Order: sequence, then structure tokens, then C-alpha cells
Amino acid sequence: MERSEEYIKNERKQEWRVELQKLTKAKDRMAIERVEMTEMAPEERIKSQRVEVNVGLTKEQAMLEATRCMDCVNPTCMEGCPVSINIPKFIKNIERGNILEAASVLKETSALPAVCGRVCPQEVQCEQRCFYVEKLNLPSVAIGHLERFAADFERESGVISVPKIAEANGIKVAVIGSGPSGLSFAGDMAKLGYDVTVFEALHEIGGVLKYGIPEFRLPNAVVDVEIENLRKMGVKFITNYIVGQTASLDDLREEGYKAFYVGSGAGLPRFMNIPGENSNGIMSSNEYLTRVNLMGADSEESDTPILRGKNVVVVGGGNTAMDSVRTAKRLGAERAIIVYRRSEEEMPARVEEVHHAKQEGIEFLTLTNPIEYIADENSRVKQIKVQKMELGEPDASGRRRPIPMEGSEYTIDATVVVVAVGVSPNPLIPNSVEGLEVSKWGTIEVVKDKMQSSIPEVFAGGDIVRGGATVILAMGDGRKAAKNMNIYLQEKYLSNKVEH
Amino acid sequence: MNKIVEKENFSEKVVKIVVEAPLIAKARKPGNFVIVRVGEKGERIPLTIAGADVSRGTITIIVQKMGVSSTKLCNLEVGDYVTDLVGPLGKPTEIHNVGTVLCCGGGVGVAPLLPIVEGYKKAGNRVVTVIAARSKDLLILEEEMRKHSDELIVMTDDGSYGRKGLVTEGMEEVIKREKVDECITIGPAVMMKFCSLLTKKYEIPTMASLNSIMVDGTGMCGACRVTVDGKTKFTCVDGPEFDAHKIDFDEMMSRLGGYKEEENDKMDHFQN
Ligand SMILES: Cc1cc2nc3c(=O)[nH]c(=O)nc-3n(C[C@H](O)[C@H](O)[C@H](O)COP(=O)(O)OP(=O)(O)OC[C@H]3O[C@@H](n4cnc5c(N)ncnc54)[C@H](O)[C@@H]3O)c2cc1C
Ligand SMILES: Cc1cc2nc3c(=O)[nH]c(=O)nc-3n(C[C@H](O)[C@H](O)[C@H](O)COP(=O)(O)OP(=O)(O)OC[C@H]3O[C@@H](n4cnc5c(N)ncnc54)[C@H](O)[C@@H]3O)c2cc1C
Ligand code: SF4
Ligand code: FES
Repeated sequence: MERSEEYIKNERKQEWRVELQKLTKAKDRMAIERVEMTEMAPEERIKSQRVEVNVGLTKEQAMLEATRCMDCVNPTCMEGCPVSINIPKFIKNIERGNILEAASVLKETSALPAVCGRVCPQEVQCEQRCFYVEKLNLPSVAIGHLERFAADFERESGVISVPKIAEANGIKVAVIGSGPSGLSFAGDMAKLGYDVTVFEALHEIGGVLKYGIPEFRLPNAVVDVEIENLRKMGVKFITNYIVGQTASLDDLREEGYKAFYVGSGAGLPRFMNIPGENSNGIMSSNEYLTRVNLMGADSEESDTPILRGKNVVVVGGGNTAMDSVRTAKRLGAERAIIVYRRSEEEMPARVEEVHHAKQEGIEFLTLTNPIEYIADENSRVKQIKVQKMELGEPDASGRRRPIPMEGSEYTIDATVVVVAVGVSPNPLIPNSVEGLEVSKWGTIEVVKDKMQSSIPEVFAGGDIVRGGATVILAMGDGRKAAKNMNIYLQEKYLSNKVEH
Repeated sequence: MNKIVEKENFSEKVVKIVVEAPLIAKARKPGNFVIVRVGEKGERIPLTIAGADVSRGTITIIVQKMGVSSTKLCNLEVGDYVTDLVGPLGKPTEIHNVGTVLCCGGGVGVAPLLPIVEGYKKAGNRVVTVIAARSKDLLILEEEMRKHSDELIVMTDDGSYGRKGLVTEGMEEVIKREKVDECITIGPAVMMKFCSLLTKKYEIPTMASLNSIMVDGTGMCGACRVTVDGKTKFTCVDGPEFDAHKIDFDEMMSRLGGYKEEENDKMDHFQN
């Protein structure tokens, strides 16, 4: 994963790269305008929860966009990528039309490029550090769109390469949780020859990728292909199995599992604890999105009910809030409103999601915070009392702290309210495993960069270690954990010295 | 996929199902429940584990037809498979030797009460059980209850069997007659509310097992939240049993109706 600067520099000097560099003048590269992603028309796409908004780039569009990239001597974009994908190398492969090669470059580092290309907040990662942004004050190279293009091209070509698997070493390892972190860990361990079983509490594999992020942003089919690939690599999946409840870690030890990776996520929804919050019609974003995305409640055919309303309010400003409010629109809300206590600038959601939400007619009430819910005679919410806020000094997160404005209260009508104000680590594993060190926030403590917990054979990563974070970080943790668990197991059971 | 190996119709509306689930059979404790899903479009519904046979690797669930999902489950036959089954969930009942325990069950709530009655008896308590139903044909598990209780009182609303009256009447009689150290109540929310008011009057520590609406059953969604002692709790992970005297039963009852219209639509859709 980690590659020396030396190596990156030498690769850049490979013949084909040098030829490409010479082929087009820098001035001409800069003259190309950033590609526009083709999107489904807003009035069409809001009719279905399952129509993807972004259509994807054509090969011509992708190759032209790839031409914009300068193949910089010092590719700062890579510093912005949490897992240091070799960005210029994959982009230059697209420029020369070698898309499958580009996909395989992505896979050197990212276990789920088709997912990351769709959901990574590129505008604050690689794209923010692109030469075009840092030095030219121009729109960055569309790294995210290109990543998605390469991964989709490979998937659609039907010639997905199943990675080489080392000879089976007979060592059983268990993965707890099938989110992006668990999946990427499983893939790497299978490649190294381990006997890998993934245990999942829900009836579906994929974690947040399935129950949280809606199909209009990330189609299930994209995730399923990755899961299928892992199956081909020999990874076993067991659903409806809650480690710590169905069986304990000790039970699994008895069954011969030698090591564990906990990727159990941050599944516990937070509420605001304001009056009236337990009225009917008020729910967490996890409940709302799970009913729709996992249980299919947007369809008549599903047995799971969902509350629809003319006016739906979603509280929060993150990706979860955007996903919820856009889901509400798709379920037929006339007014779907974001209520967020800071200003748009501080919103943690991906910029593209906010942009798409606006296109879809989502209303934004920023600098506004709910303080009470008012219910009707059947205890169903009918109004939200809100308060206006102003921004003060920056707080611990570096964002300006919202301060309530006295006397600014007013009410908004809504019969469905979705609370999307954050999640806490899933307490199932921390509560059920003795001797596991846990922080005061409930996250599992690990040795940084090794992802090893206070119990030597238990590794952990993703949201259970970081609190609510991102897909790419969860994935990166999984890969780091695999690398270090391999070292640990090789030394312990196979008396092999592995280069650290 | 879990295979149904035994089925018995207790009444037109209540069915006993024995289903293969070896790991759950081994891990379950009194008070635990499972989440069941029938069919690829199925809903996840919580059901208490009414019993388990570790050697056969099965658990017993007792289901009352309420809406679409419970009806679909009741319609399955021996040899059919339940699409998904996960558990055991929830905190188990804290069973100690406390002296005399009064166990009260109403309707299908008698089913989850059975393993608790068994547990209290095994722990050396004197167990007096009161079970109630609207009428004779809705009464379940009488024999099993009698076997594990020191005394069993049966009440029916219409007097078609046992004694005529509500569960609370049978309870009060026991409380007036002898010292009761602990009480547990499982049944419809209204019933639990009145049981709780009664034992509060006599200052008898009481637990109630709540049947909130759930989705995942693992603490992920908050659909099952209830107010206990002024604080929001999640029934699936913090419960399902709570100190009855501290539960906000009125809120709990109104939350049970939170999807009423939508559920009725689903039922219409299912029947037509
Ligand atoms: C609605 C929503 C939208 C988001 N949008 C974005 C986005 O656009 N971009 C982005 O980068 N990030 C986004 N995120 C955040 C991102 O999804 C998470 O950071 C990431 O999924 C964390 O991965 P994970 O593998 O750690 O955990 P999860 O994806 O949460 O998976 C954990 C899994 O473990 C299972 N589990 C838990 N306990 C047990 C147990 N005891 N036994 C067995 N299984 C267990 C859970 O059921 C779950 O399936 C979003 C999150 C949400 C909720
Ligand atoms: C921890 C726990 C343990 C349970 N154990 C059992 C059990 O052992 N046996 C059993 O039969 N049931 C049990 N239940 C209740 C059972 O889960 C519900 O009856 C079931 O979910 C109803 O689903 P449905 O789709 O058939 O009906 P729905 O269509 O969901 O409901 C039909 C009607 O019943 C109402 N309703 C919905 N849920 C409930 C509820 N939980 N209680 C009362 N009314 C409700 C609805 O408002 C609606 O009007 C338990 C519930 C919990 C939380
Ligand atoms: S910084 Fe931008 S221009 Fe330079 S290599 Fe990275 S993507 Fe290409
Ligand atoms: S059922 Fe989802 S949190 Fe309890």
C-alpha cells in the first residue's frame, strides 16, 4: 500500500507515461473544460428511490477529462487521498484508453473503487489538493468521476479480474460486520490465503452501503458485484448472526477462529432529547433509511410500512440528512425541508449531494434548530418549534459554534420528522467482549496504524474505532488491519518472520 | 433459512411453531426474543422465545395473528422455512431467589411468560401465576404454566373458563393474602399499565416486558424507544424488561399505534 516517493517518481518516468506527457502541451490540457457529469433530470429521478442520479461518463468524456491531468512531478492529489491511491497512474491509463489497467491500478489500493468513486467526498480530499485547484484556481480534475468510470467499465466489461489467492494456510479468521471495513479486510485476508468468514447481524451483506446509502446514489448491484467477487475468492458470509449474542467470541475461538476483525460500525442513532421527540412520526434517519433501503418500504409489495407526509422535515446537515430528505421527496413529500443549526458552509455533506438536493427542490432552513415537537391528539407530530441561530467563535471541530438567538422561535408544520444528528458506536461488541479497551465515546481503542486492540488477536477499524467517518477510511482501516494481522498470525502460528 | 419442524394451532389466532435454530437454542435465556422475517418482501418482527430444546436444536415461538407479518408466519406449515431468524436479542430476565414471585400474563403474553415462570421456579422461588384471556378459546399454555407454578389462577373476561374478571383482580387477591416480593407482567400494554398501577399501590417491585414496534432489534434504529424514568431507552437492547413503575405506558401505547394506518393498508393489500 505505502509506496515510496522514489517509486512513484520512477513510475512516472515509464516510457508510455513520458510519451503521453509529450503528446499534449500543458497549455492545451489547461484549456479543456472540466467534464460535466450527465445526470437524470431532477423531475424524473424524484419519481423513484432506485434510479441513480449520476449516469456516468462515456469513454470519450473520460479520456478527454483524463487529458486535463498534468501528470504532476509532485502529485499533491495523492496526499489528499486517505489511502494514497496512485491517482496520476490510473488517470494516465484512462488517457491512453487502457481502462482495465486503470481499474487495476485503483484496486492496488482501494478494495471498492466503484463505491468510492460514488460516495467519497472528493472535494475535500484528492480534488481539493489537485494542481488545478491549488495553483491555477481552476476546477480540479474530476478524479471521483474518473474513478467511478474505470471501476464501472471493468464491471460492465464482464472481465473482472479475480485477484490471485495465495495457497490456503488453514488459519481461520472471523470478521464481525459486513460494512466496507469488514469487506475490504476480508478481501485482503483471502488473498493472503486465510480462511475468512464474515458474520453479519442483519439479513443483508454490506452494512451502511445497503441499509443506509440509497440506491439513487449507490445501486445495490454495484455492491453485490463486489460481494460476489469476495465469494469467488473463498470468503464465506453468514447473515443473521450477531457476534456477542448468537455466539460469543469465546465460542468462535472454540470453533477454531484464531483472530478477529471488528468492523461493527457506528450504528447507534443519536436523538436530541428535546420535548415531544418520542411522538409518532418522529424517527431516526437510521430507521427511515433502513425501512426504505433495506426493507424496500418504498414499494407497495413490501410488508414493511413507511410514514409518508406532505411536509417532511429532516434535522441535520450530513450525508445521512441529505439521503433522508431526498428519500422523503421520492416518497412523495410536497415540501421536504432540511433544518440545520449551522450555515450551509459548515454542512458536512458532500457538496454534490447538497447540489443534487437543491435541484430536486429540497428546501434548506439553515441556522435553525428544533427545540420542541408539538403533537396532535393522537400523539402524531404536527409542528416543530424551531429557533434561529447565529454563528459565534469556532468550536473544537474548527467550525463556528451556533448560538441561539433569543426570541426568534417560530413553528414549522410537519407530520414526518427525521432526526439525522449523528450516530454513536455500536455497543454490542464493546459490551460483550471482556478485556476490550473502549474509549469514553464507546469506540474501540486500537494501536494506530496497526488497528490492533487491547486483546492481541482482536483487530478493529472503521466507524467502531473512529465514530461516524467515511467509507474510504473504513476501507483503509480494513486493509491496514489485514496487513498487520497477517504479520501477527504468521509469526504466531507459522513461525514466519514477515517484513514489517 | 430455518426449517419449521412442528406446528400446533392453539386457537384460530394463536399458533405455536417449533423451528430449527441450534445456536439460538443454546444461547437463549428467559426473556430473550428473536426477529423473524418471512419472504423476500417480509417485515422483521420480534417474537419472544417461549422455549428451547438444545439437543434438538430448536426454539419455540408462539405467535398471534395481528397483521400481515404475523399472519404470514402463522400460515407456514411444517417443512416450510422461515426466511430469516436472528437472536437471541434483548437482555435476559434477571432471575434471583427473592421469595414469592407473582407472574401475570395476558393474551399471547402468556407465551413469553412461560420461560420466566420456569426460571423463577428453578431458582427456588414460590411462584404464583395469574393468566388471563378474553375467553376460554383464547387461553394458552395452561397445562405448562400449572406444571411450573406453585399455584395457577386463570381469569377470563367473559367468565367462560376459570374465574370471571381481569388479571388485576386475581393479582390483588394474592397480594392481599400473602407477602409478594416481586411481580412480573407481560401482556397487552393496557394490561401491564393496570398491573403496574396495582403493584405500585402495594409497593411491590415489578418488571414489565414491552412489545414495542421494532425494525432491526439491535439498537440501530430507535423505533422501539420508550421513556423509562424520564429517559429515552431502546426496548431491544436496554430491555425488553423495565421497572414497570417507571415506564411511561401512555406514550408506549400511543407509539404502538404509530403505523396503524399504514399497517391496515398493508393488510388490505395482502387480503385482496
Ligand atoms: C445514510 C448514510 C450516508 C452516508 N454517506 C456517506 C458518503 O456519501 N460517503 C462516505 O464516505 N461515507 C458515508 N457515510 C458513512 C459511511 O457509510 C461509514 O463511515 C461506513 O459505512 C463505515 O463502515 P464500517 O464498515 O465501519 O461500518 P458499517 O457500514 O456501519 O457496517 C457495520 C456492520 O456491522 C454489523 N454489525 C454490528 N455489530 C455486529 C455484531 N455484533 N455481529 C455481527 N454484525 C454486526 C452491522 O449490522 C453492519 O452491517 C454514510 C453513512 C450513512 C449512515
Ligand atoms: C420483544 C417483543 C416480543 C414479542 N413477543 C411476541 C410473541 O411472543 N408472540 C406474539 O404473537 N407477538 C409478540 N410480539 C408482538 C409482535 O411482534 C407483533 O404482534 C407483530 O410485530 C405484529 O406484526 P404484524 O405485521 O402481524 O401486525 P401489524 O400489521 O404490525 O399490526 C397489526 C395491528 O397491531 C398493532 N400492533 C403492531 N405491533 C404491535 C405490538 N407489538 N403489540 C400490539 N399491537 C401491535 C398495529 O398497530 C396494528 O393495528 C412481541 C413484540 C416484542 C417487541
Ligand atoms: S494533482 Fe491534479 S493534475 Fe496533478 S496528477 Fe493529481 S489529478 Fe492530475
Ligand atoms: S428495534 Fe431498532 S433500535 Fe430497537
